Amino acid sequence: MLKIYKNKWPELFFKISCSRELYMPIEKDGQIWFGKWNEDAKVRFDELNTVKSPKDFFFPQSENIVAFKAKGKNISILEKRDESQPFVVFGIRACDAESLKILDRIFLAEPIDTFYKTRRENATIITLACSEPEETCFCSTFEIDPVNPGGDIATWIIDDVLYWQSLTKKGHTLTEDVKGLFEKADQQDEEKIYSHKKGVKVILSKLPLQDLSLEGFKNGNMLAIFNSPKWRELSQACIGCGTCTFICPTCHCYDIRDYDTGHEIQRFRCWDSCMYSDFTRMSHGNPRHSQIERFRQRFMHKLVYYPANNEGVFACVGCGRCILKCPVSMNIVKVARTWEANKALEVKNDE
Amino acid sequence: MQRVTELNELMRKKAQMLLENGIVNRIIGWKKGEFIYDRTPAVFQDSDELSKLIYDGFCGANLSKYLIQESKKEGKILALLKPCDTYSFNQLIKEHQINRENVYVLGIGCPDMIDINKIRSKGFKGILKIEEKEDELIIDTLYGQKRIKKEKALLEKCLSCKGKQHVAYDELFLIDNMISDNGSINRSMPDCEEASGLKKVGIASRDSRPKKDPYEMVEKIEAMTPDERFAFWRSELSKCIRCNACRNVCPACVCVKCIFDNDRSGIASKANTDAFEENMFHIIRALHVAGRCTDCGECSRVCPQQIPLHLLNRKIIKDINEFYGQYQAGADTQTPGPLTSFKHDDVEPYIIMRKGGHK
Ligand code: SF4
Ligand code: SF4
Ligand code: SF4
Repeated sequence: MLKIYKNKWPELFFKISCSRELYMPIEKDGQIWFGKWNEDAKVRFDELNTVKSPKDFFFPQSENIVAFKAKGKNISILEKRDESQPFVVFGIRACDAESLKILDRIFLAEPIDTFYKTRRENATIITLACSEPEETCFCSTFEIDPVNPGGDIATWIIDDVLYWQSLTKKGHTLTEDVKGLFEKADQQDEEKIYSHKKGVKVILSKLPLQDLSLEGFKNGNMLAIFNSPKWRELSQACIGCGTCTFICPTCHCYDIRDYDTGHEIQRFRCWDSCMYSDFTRMSHGNPRHSQIERFRQRFMHKLVYYPANNEGVFACVGCGRCILKCPVSMNIVKVARTWEANKALEVKNDE
Repeated sequence: MQRVTELNELMRKKAQMLLENGIVNRIIGWKKGEFIYDRTPAVFQDSDELSKLIYDGFCGANLSKYLIQESKKEGKILALLKPCDTYSFNQLIKEHQINRENVYVLGIGCPDMIDINKIRSKGFKGILKIEEKEDELIIDTLYGQKRIKKEKALLEKCLSCKGKQHVAYDELFLIDNMISDNGSINRSMPDCEEASGLKKVGIASRDSRPKKDPYEMVEKIEAMTPDERFAFWRSELSKCIRCNACRNVCPACVCVKCIFDNDRSGIASKANTDAFEENMFHIIRALHVAGRCTDCGECSRVCPQQIPLHLLNRKIIKDINEFYGQYQAGADTQTPGPLTSFKHDDVEPYIIMRKGGHK
């Protein structure tokens, strides 16, 4: 384990940015997002959740895929892939780091999404352990450990010191480049980290959503939940916006469209939301006619369908973004509470 | 807090009476959540669900837009509307969006609405409980107790409140009416025997807080050079993630199919690209609601990126006031809108602009 004092952090950031693009939680017009670091950037390690999650780096909100150009009777196909360079994302929290594994199961399964894969390979992930969890955090429901956040390199900030532990080959390579700036952490540091982690665990045990249980979703209740009359009530207030989908680190649905630029046909891919009225629209329209069905889709996907296809892994990491940002304060927790473990039996009797 | 609890009891009773007397068959209000601040709009059908009905400083969500759908259903719905919500309600009546006969408006006093984001932006984490004490909010967090002046934690729309008067109601149910001067609660609740007739009980809520000029920031932006102004808006709008929350929540956005959702329109722009065209979404939206926007502030309240969208609307409202005379959308259901009516002495904005932008 290595350590570096706060006054030397800018030097560290600079050093990293010399060889790779460096992205960090940066404040812009009062909002915190993962932006490219430069010397004027206002780095905000204190905030837990950036508005948009780091999924953008691997699965951008919009990207060009390919273009077509017609000349006489010939159509040529133009590769429009954005060049991806090695880059570093510094300051990813445990929940967001875990979300990448959920995305991997989608994009890295056959047929492999090579756009995603290239970016994943090019990225070095430096995580940051949480010191002050929010009341909206419920990562522990998914057995995520916010004080041991994983990634290629894990870091902890205690007072004015940043502790750095390389965990993977990619992590070691980056560490080699910047090692000169660090000091070695000693026994005393280890103890400090140990008691810091213990302190955070105490707070975690006091979080209001600590008791949230998803047992009710594990018992093959798919049809009972799908057909439950509860969805009407749950979806009642939903305004069908894309906020929850777009800020969620695990939502991964997209649309592919063609656009006539006047010179060529540009095929692009962009995030889509199951909450939107034109989601998966086919010639007969959207198969989900009302907001009840669209709303149900988002939560069934996260809590029932995804786990059914992925060894019981839920497609939520408990980051709490949707709790903070939904315009009508509806969210996955309120949905999950409806079918909590102790209510699992009622589920069966619902219909 | 004690007061809020008791007032909520009275309100639940009131709602229950109207429900049981058959004056309404359901109620639209707000529902308690997991935390102190996450109130969700909800329709209540049964008396025994009413224990979840809540009204307090976190009920900023404007319920008027839900009435477009709700008023098309069978039977009368009781709508709990804050003063500013009644402007949107009137505007929707004027635009024939709400079936007035199917709504029983209970105008409720407004204690000023709190913006949880403003509290968070002070760096307060792990918020567990918020209590009001005089002009302060006492906030219990996982990391100890914090305090903030209430006026520093209000929703932007409340800072320039249009006033505590309801411009539409079937009956008024006002908080201050029930609190006597010594602060105790007057238990004789407003009766609802002739509840179907138009009536008003008591006086309007206290309205003494100094107001912020709604056009203060608009004037600052007007004073910028075109380049500065362009940079200001580009910077703000480049944060947009195109979640459409501002549009979907807006009571003036009532198109059955928005042009931005119609891929035959050629401007569907589903991909969020931060090209200048993308910003056109906001400009077009602002112009489409011009003269109809009541300045209810919902767009800015819901924006996950905290883009000050209300400034676009306020600029247009300010211009309308200057060019066509003072006008407040939603103040009543009759007055023709300045942009949807024509008078011979109407100014021509185009000529005004060409002459240097002043009247
Ligand atoms: S749940 Fe909330 S954030 Fe999600 S679509 Fe509905 S209103 Fe928007
Ligand atoms: S559903 Fe909500 S809490 Fe779960 S990962 Fe998505 S944004 Fe986070
Ligand atoms: S609510 Fe905010 S982020 Fe969402 S579309 Fe509107 S301006 Fe953009």
